Amino acid sequence: MTTVAATAHPAPAHHDDRSFIRKYVFSTDHKIIGIQFLFVSLFFLLVGGLLAMQMRWQLGFPGKPMPGGGVLPETMAPGGVILPEYYIQLVTMHGTFMVFFAIMPLLVGVYANFLIPLKIGTHDMAFPRINMWSFWSFFAAGLVMLASLFVPDGAARAGWTMYAPLSARHDLSGASFGQEMWSVSIILVGLSSILGSLNYITTIINNRAPGMTWFRLPLSVWSLFITAILGLLALPVLSGAAIMLLFDQIIGTHFFDPAAGGQALLWQHLFWFFGHPEVYILILPAMGMVSDIIANGSRKPIFGYHSMVFAIVAIAFLGWIVWGHHMFMSGMNPTLGSSFMVSTLVIAVPSAVKTFNWMGTMWRGNLRFTVPMLNAVAFVAMFVIGGLSGIFMAATPVDMFIHDTYFIVAHLHYVLFGGSLFALFAAIPYWYPKMFGRLMHEGWGKVHFWLTFIFYNLVFFPMHILGMAGHMRRIYDPTQYAFLQPYQPMNEFISISAFLLFATQIIFFVNFWWSLKRGKPSGLNPWQDNGLEWTLPSPAPHGNWERVPTVYRGPYEFSSPQVPEDYLPQTRRLPSDREPAAASAARH
Amino acid sequence: MHWWLPLKGSTFAGEVDGLFLAITIITGIAFVLVEVGLIWFVVKYRQRPGRKAFYTHGSTRAEVIWTAIPAVTMVALGLISNHYWVRIKGRNSVPPNAYPIAIHAKQFEWQVTYPGPDGKLGTSDDFTVRNQLHVPVGRPIVVRLTSEDVIHSFFVPVFRVKQDAVPGMDINAWFQATVPGTYELGCAELCGLGHYRMRAQVFVQSQEDYDAWTKQAAQEASS
Ligand code: HEM
Ligand SMILES: [Cu+2]
Repeated sequence: MTTVAATAHPAPAHHDDRSFIRKYVFSTDHKIIGIQFLFVSLFFLLVGGLLAMQMRWQLGFPGKPMPGGGVLPETMAPGGVILPEYYIQLVTMHGTFMVFFAIMPLLVGVYANFLIPLKIGTHDMAFPRINMWSFWSFFAAGLVMLASLFVPDGAARAGWTMYAPLSARHDLSGASFGQEMWSVSIILVGLSSILGSLNYITTIINNRAPGMTWFRLPLSVWSLFITAILGLLALPVLSGAAIMLLFDQIIGTHFFDPAAGGQALLWQHLFWFFGHPEVYILILPAMGMVSDIIANGSRKPIFGYHSMVFAIVAIAFLGWIVWGHHMFMSGMNPTLGSSFMVSTLVIAVPSAVKTFNWMGTMWRGNLRFTVPMLNAVAFVAMFVIGGLSGIFMAATPVDMFIHDTYFIVAHLHYVLFGGSLFALFAAIPYWYPKMFGRLMHEGWGKVHFWLTFIFYNLVFFPMHILGMAGHMRRIYDPTQYAFLQPYQPMNEFISISAFLLFATQIIFFVNFWWSLKRGKPSGLNPWQDNGLEWTLPSPAPHGNWERVPTVYRGPYEFSSPQVPEDYLPQTRRLPSDREPAAASAARH
Repeated sequence: MHWWLPLKGSTFAGEVDGLFLAITIITGIAFVLVEVGLIWFVVKYRQRPGRKAFYTHGSTRAEVIWTAIPAVTMVALGLISNHYWVRIKGRNSVPPNAYPIAIHAKQFEWQVTYPGPDGKLGTSDDFTVRNQLHVPVGRPIVVRLTSEDVIHSFFVPVFRVKQDAVPGMDINAWFQATVPGTYELGCAELCGLGHYRMRAQVFVQSQEDYDAWTKQAAQEASS
């Protein structure tokens, strides 16, 4: 790679004569693929939400007929009353849809695809066809998972973590085809991520525009790069484990069945060896995009750019040696528990560094509270709570009490909803103009933000208290336990808040649809940002640039004294700037 | 309803709760620092016309400070936690004189086997009772956990004790109850559709009451 690989691509930005199918269905254009991921995973986000509402009904009002529950078949909710076997399907499928079909594709499928070529200045991904396959195998996986809800004995029932031998033996779980479909679907998801990751890594290494050195990359691209490396290493482990599980289920192997010589803990080690890097796959892109948005909204350079990059790398690296913190109570050697505790506590350090650097970025800024900025600041405020609650669980003696309780549920929602989803509520309106040429409605965006922020906290903060009472997770009916009966009003309160939280999301979805046709036309650069994507028309055309741009500086030159306005695009050439050597783009 | 932790029913409870409190204080300070800082910045540095943000790329000194403080705190916390961990769950933590009880978990019940008058498991005077765990107060108890089918988790909130029961494994968990009374034992690991009702009563009794109960229960079990 001596010359800029990107220029090798023809860029027919002006004569686009592909058929409709090639353009919008089997597209190889990274932007269309990103948008396909966006629509499909927003749909799955809605599905995951609907499943959660049913769980919350049962927890708040155990045994009462659910409004509208009459439409469900007898095998799920006779007379609208949710059955225990349906409840555990809800638990399992909610987690599965949210992790694998909503948050992960929203962050990586959508934004790695959409942003990487635009932000590094190239025409498309390195392997556009592989990219297309990445989407379609994700789509197939989603269909299989969705269909599994409707097969005769129902969907998978062993939790999104699919602990064996419950998941491996149909006689123990009571589900059969649904369990197998889960395994198949996860194998496909793994394939999708592996194909995507290959592409993102190659593209970022090879196709950066002239002058786009490593340390001029936006943090969003850095985090997507590191995420792709995590994905490339972690997803094969998951797919491999899912293949073993499928073999246990259908061809009579016994990898995970101790009754026939297998090992129950083997599944947990494999799953969490994937699973912990996975949780960083679910947060790093969010952190990266939030960094871009906070710098833009503060009109200030990112505070400590280099340490932000090193923190991402450190988190990713440490993320590989902490998986045992999910297994402190599993019967794993307690001495191993000690070392996993220490590595887990250490991972809080780069997280803290990132938080302080975001605050440093806002310090003495000139803060513009656009909808993306509001959600990005909320991300920081909420992620902190999730990170701090992680410290309780990392301390093994405390985890002995709170493991598998609602404290964990609170933690994972503070990082995944408060963190990842708020970041998406920032990123979606922020890059919406570059996708669709229009802005989302600002006023409704603010209404959605505030209501979400309030109801979100009303739902998830009290779960810490439930966890501290010893309220187990994944239980169908807490009133079975005398010690939990006094907490029923709190469960009811959480449920009502959850219904309101769900209702609030309608605002978002309506705003999203409405703005596609009626939103205010955005122009090139509505947020006055420095990134390369903002030099393109909105929506960005096929092939992006006719000639790739040249980059003269990093992406965060806001309020620079060199220019009167408060932003300085990466492509703008000042008299003092020198032309980058063409080769430098590929090498540094 | 409590807003804090439940009754301290074992010798571990004080240690676990103490650590919980310590972490609450440490994280509470960080929480207040960050949230108040954020609110303060949001108000103070909100956009005003004609102002330009302060142009800076960072400060090495500030970053060293806010890397070092969390790092030292976390390592210290790890060392302290590990001290308790080794005492509670460490390989050699079970006191040699602990009174043995075997619990066999299966979908969806707890089969509790008591050692009988000789105080030893695996002898002919052992007897088994479903979903009732009786323990003498003030005496270390070691529970031998096994599972018939899937993974379950032995969880007594007032004791602050949790330990998975894994098929194919033999796992010891110990505790020492401190407050006589009746409590609940629950399954904490999703084990199937009856997971939510896999519960048992825990009776913490004086040694005399416990002995009396043992005699009676052994008779009932053998008849
Ligand atoms: C400061 C950083 C963090 C620490 C110290 C931490 C620590 C932990 C620990 C110890 C557990 C296991 C608790 C248990 O099951 O007993 C856990 C669970 C979990 N964490 Fe974190 N965590 C951190 C950040 C994150 C982030 C950033 C995410 C995702 C975006 C995340 C997602 C999860 C999830 C999903 C679970 C629950 C998995 C399950 O059992 O279903 N965590 N965390
Ligand atoms: Cu983890």
